[in-house]
Amino acid sequence: MSNKVYSIKIGGQAGQGIKSAGLIFSKIASRSGYHIYNYIEYPSLIRGGHNVMQTTFSLDKVYSQIRPVNFLIALNQETINLHLEELVEGAGIIFEDEGKIDVTLCKDKCRLFPVPLKKIAAEAGGQDIVSNNVALGAALALLGGDLKHLFDLIDEDLSSKDGEVVKINQTAAKAGYDYAKTNFADKFEPLLAPQNNPGKKMVVNGTDAVAYGAIAGGLQYAAIYPMSPTSNILSLLAANQEEYGYVYKQAEDEIAAINMAIGASFAGARSMTTTSGGGFCLMTEGFGLAGQTETPVVIVEGMRGGPGTGLPTWSAQGDLRFVLHSHQGDFPRIVIAAGDAEEAFHMIMKALNLAEKYQTPVVLLVDKNLLDDEQTFSEFDYSGYRIDRGKMFLEKDPEYHRYVNSEDGISPRTIPGLGNHLVANSDEHNSYGYSSETIHDRNEQVQKRLRKLDTCAKEDMEKPILYGPENADITIVSWGSNKGPILEAMKDYPFVNYLHITWMSPFPTDAVFQQLSKAKYLLNIECNSTAQMAGLIREKTGIDILDQLLKDDGRPFFPEEIREKINSILIKK
Amino acid sequence: MITPAELTTPNFPNWCPGCGNFGIWAAFKNAIVASGWDNTNTVFVAGIGCHGHMINFVKLTSFEGLHGRPIPVANGIKMSNHRLNVFVFTGDGDCLGEGGNHFINAARRNHNVTVLIHNNNIYGLTTGQTSPTTRKGFKSKSTPEGNPDEPFKILNLAIAAGATFAARVYSNDIAGLTNMIIKANEHQGFSVVEMLQPCVTFNKECSPTFFTDNTYKLPADYDPTNIAKALEKTLEFGPKQIPVGLFYKVDKPTAESNYPQIENIPLVDNLVEKRDITKLLQTLY
Repeated sequence: MSNKVYSIKIGGQAGQGIKSAGLIFSKIASRSGYHIYNYIEYPSLIRGGHNVMQTTFSLDKVYSQIRPVNFLIALNQETINLHLEELVEGAGIIFEDEGKIDVTLCKDKCRLFPVPLKKIAAEAGGQDIVSNNVALGAALALLGGDLKHLFDLIDEDLSSKDGEVVKINQTAAKAGYDYAKTNFADKFEPLLAPQNNPGKKMVVNGTDAVAYGAIAGGLQYAAIYPMSPTSNILSLLAANQEEYGYVYKQAEDEIAAINMAIGASFAGARSMTTTSGGGFCLMTEGFGLAGQTETPVVIVEGMRGGPGTGLPTWSAQGDLRFVLHSHQGDFPRIVIAAGDAEEAFHMIMKALNLAEKYQTPVVLLVDKNLLDDEQTFSEFDYSGYRIDRGKMFLEKDPEYHRYVNSEDGISPRTIPGLGNHLVANSDEHNSYGYSSETIHDRNEQVQKRLRKLDTCAKEDMEKPILYGPENADITIVSWGSNKGPILEAMKDYPFVNYLHITWMSPFPTDAVFQQLSKAKYLLNIECNSTAQMAGLIREKTGIDILDQLLKDDGRPFFPEEIREKINSILIKK
Repeated sequence: MITPAELTTPNFPNWCPGCGNFGIWAAFKNAIVASGWDNTNTVFVAGIGCHGHMINFVKLTSFEGLHGRPIPVANGIKMSNHRLNVFVFTGDGDCLGEGGNHFINAARRNHNVTVLIHNNNIYGLTTGQTSPTTRKGFKSKSTPEGNPDEPFKILNLAIAAGATFAARVYSNDIAGLTNMIIKANEHQGFSVVEMLQPCVTFNKECSPTFFTDNTYKLPADYDPTNIAKALEKTLEFGPKQIPVGLFYKVDKPTAESNYPQIENIPLVDNLVEKRDITKLLQTLY
């Protein structure tokens, strides 16, 4: 076993427990000492439709999904038909022996492992849905995995069900394992052999990271309207609110969600909301309200393919320009974007501080891939995190002015109920908060608000992260979850580096300029049709990146596509 | 305890002379003084419309939000600090045009806030277009041939949506309105007070005389606990037939009472602290 990267794909109909089986497989791999990356594809349906989950694993760190599939578990015909091309020479396929699955097309190329999944499930006392654990058991036998991990994970996964259900699933898994051991005794390939002293690693996706990061970061109030791909964040927030003492409220729409969060924040609660691009369309009004009234609020925007309803269950990076420019007029907005779950965890915590410090809206951009895809990480270390509520003014002062002018643009913020007269006003206002349309007040307040962005650039803005060597033949520029496939592709190219941009507003112009101006060859990679980040870079630095690798079909980049692009550049050079 | 003088701001109302907002302004200030509301215990939120300027004329903690959106802001405030008395000032266009979804859903959830609806049956600030409460046939800048649409009946909508307190008062009945604002705030739940008000500039029909001539007080034996009777009563509207008073009142759990985590102390009384999430992270292995 070298440090090669392998992948196993599990496919079936929605409702067949694909996601749960894939997650269990990836945790077995993690517990056995491997790094993993899970990639899931599903249509915008609850039952029916084709679902697949792919676990990529290796002894080295794995950053993304890969194109080739080494092992396939096909619970239906579609899984074979749709993924035939991805199968490598000699790939193993576990499929339902007694169904009508036709494997003619892959019988020469692949190693076939027919297993009577439903029959074994029934013998264990389970229904068809238990087939997924029979298949997992068989796969473990063929890959040299440890059945104990599967038993433990079934137990944990079904802990809310009664003991009988756990027993049935474990019996089925064991029977699948034994069936494969007996019938395919000479075909084992120990790709998943347990390693000695495997370090403990979390299997975590962006949804977990955002929700748990917000809880760690002192969240007090969240109002959210459900929308893919961010709905699972609200599920986690809703489930844990009583224990951790914050409030989650489902709003009637996204307009209400952001206004409720703004109201809560005005009252003094640390607040956030989450949505996708379509929901953010409705929030843009409240976005500017937060800017104008100087009320802290964090908005997590999970991008999917737009416009309109677009591609509800697929990913995109098409909302960068939208969040940078939405709402009328000029006001300070902080926009940051995470590249993986670990970054998302630290960024949501940071965002809660930034919103309160600068008393303005903060957008954390993530996307469907980042939110849904699990990756192994060491336990998140947030020991260095400190709550920063900025200039909170909690004494009583009869002369209190909410919007008093200041050099850094930030005015002391009080909360209702302390005895101060506090006026927050969406109309242009004077330093007290009363409506005013005088030239003096207008200019003073607009400039005061915008100065907050300069202060933020000096005190908090982070430079882009450079991966790879300082000097390289090709410099890739990108952002968000493209980080994964780019880093995965770069494993093969010691002379390629990657500038990962995480701050969009304020923008680290000097750092980006310095890095890009010394690059020998620039390649911009984005999941949108118009190279939105390249446009922003040109606007801020004057540097025009001529080579673009763009994709707007809802699918993530695969490292193979990036390698192909790099190769084509190297040939030209 | 606040005095009338302490409620004065440097700004004098910019409403038209004769505007119903003056009566509402006076009644709100009276209620503040009579009830001991002040900056330690009370907040009001306003939408956009002539009513929204109220924040400039009453020296009490306030938030002027966006057109149609004061209710969700108030919901967020109340959930975060349920010790505060929370009032919403809104208009017929603000509440029922732009903000209709918030109005019915907040009523359904029974947030413990008091919604004071300035109903002048017209858009005043945009200089005279029909509103969701303008009568059918009314000629305005937006309906020169007469309004083709039926109006909402505010209290009917409020009660059907789940409001647990529904009343109507004429804005120039300052004593009656003062009393109703106090009662609405005392009620634990979503309280709606429709304030009939003249717009002397853009709605010549709904004049002060029109209201004094055509309103009558709900009789002493009217039972505000009967929802069917209340809904029937909200349909009554015509010459000499505009009832005012408390139409409906019922006690139900408030939205805020559903959250055990804020049962003992308001959310904002907790220190914002970094939380230990080791237990949550353990579920990810």
